[in-house]
Amino acid sequence: MKLYDFVLSANCYKVRLLLGFLGVSYDSEVIDFHPGKEHKGEAFRLINPLGHIPVLDDDGYVLRDAHAILVYLASRYDPGRSWYPVTDPERLGSVAQWMAFADATASTASATRLHVNLGYDFDVDERRAAAHELFRVADEHLWFGERTGNDWFVPGPLPTLADVAVFPDVVLAEEGGIDLMDYPSLVRWTGRVKQIPGFSVMPGVFPFERA
Amino acid sequence: MPIATRETTDPVLDGWHPIAASGELSMGEQRRTRLLGEALDIEIDLLGNASVARATAPAEPLPTHDRYGYLWTCLGEPSIPLFEIPEVDEPGRRVLHAGTIGVHVSAPRAVENFLDMAHFPYVHTDILGVEPFTEVAEYDVHIDSINELWATDCVFWQPIAATTSTEGQMTDYEYRVPHPYCVILYKTSPIDDRKDVIALFCQPVDEERIEAHMFLCLLDASNSTAMIRDFQLTIFGQDKPILENQYPKRLPLDPRAETPIRADKVAISYRRWLSDQGVTYAVIPA
Repeated sequence: MKLYDFVLSANCYKVRLLLGFLGVSYDSEVIDFHPGKEHKGEAFRLINPLGHIPVLDDDGYVLRDAHAILVYLASRYDPGRSWYPVTDPERLGSVAQWMAFADATASTASATRLHVNLGYDFDVDERRAAAHELFRVADEHLWFGERTGNDWFVPGPLPTLADVAVFPDVVLAEEGGIDLMDYPSLVRWTGRVKQIPGFSVMPGVFPFERA
Repeated sequence: MPIATRETTDPVLDGWHPIAASGELSMGEQRRTRLLGEALDIEIDLLGNASVARATAPAEPLPTHDRYGYLWTCLGEPSIPLFEIPEVDEPGRRVLHAGTIGVHVSAPRAVENFLDMAHFPYVHTDILGVEPFTEVAEYDVHIDSINELWATDCVFWQPIAATTSTEGQMTDYEYRVPHPYCVILYKTSPIDDRKDVIALFCQPVDEERIEAHMFLCLLDASNSTAMIRDFQLTIFGQDKPILENQYPKRLPLDPRAETPIRADKVAISYRRWLSDQGVTYAVIPA
């Protein structure tokens, strides 16, 4: 299995995280996203005409879009069906809802990080404000979950793709100038994600440390 | 406050500073950047020549220099020549821009972190260091005849010293600080008797922010540009949160400000060297 990958990409990190949780081994095909902009080049557009990473190539089956890749990997490599709970319509719906939420954090929290780190041209104040609005909603959701003994975005004993999809943009948010101090439930949840067996870090993300 | 409006003899004002990776500028491009608290406009004409001007009305043209793969400019009198890196002309070397990353830190804090070996096992675990090999052995620090600061005879055990590594090695390091905000590292190549050259050129956006330009001059003919950049960006990405969590963001030059340990010998010398030159920008003067 091959992942077209860039080490500092939050979207690639999502996929690497799930591969780790599932214990699936893979090879990284490193794309020179920065500074080379290889993902926008002609050669890479033959792999993904949209010019985005990540792209997964599983023995010839080629799939783009981080969330699509998460769905595929969980459906194929998680025999327990816990990450993508297709047998439970309500939980499945909630997973899809939080994955859509993660699309919104990508265009807000993740965009501010691209602006600060790599100089991408965004209205950073506007994106930061929008990210704060999303984080408030997520923090509140998790806070109520904690009150009823739920550790994860989608209530249930085990984490789902919702947690994988939301995690990178939250844990990397401070690089974009978004302080997580006001979101204690979100911060506690990142600590729980870090304790899932198979968890992996990326530059900017630290392993779990007991306080 | 922009440095140029200050009553100052700070050498930072008359020094050259990097403002872009030349290879990332395309013909006809106009780009705005910031240096020492001021907005600058970079323009590339249709012949590929770069011009730089203060983004004022009317625009005030500034001197430029294209070297080591970067565009440099100076906001004062360009009386201090840009330092030399003779290795770029040696055969068999690969000169490469690894990337530019914006960091919420002062330039001297970034230089000081670059000079620090003690953090390798904890921050760059399994790459530039690994426990229990955490000791920083005694090394030498001196200032040479052209007032560049050196730390020599540094050694450190490294599991993966470079993209060319196939096994762990005892790596020899020499650090060179030829400019208040630029630092060069010479380290043992896993495959050549000469040393790999790795440099951090900080563009001081203001006193608490930099654009970090990463320069490489390597003995590595086999790895792809993508792989070499991946290695450097991984290391720098690991440093970034550490840098951004240092307070105060400006570097205190008062020797009593932060408690020194042996590993900090070069850091202490760097602070004194900045102080002796009269650097005031992005530091807290003693």
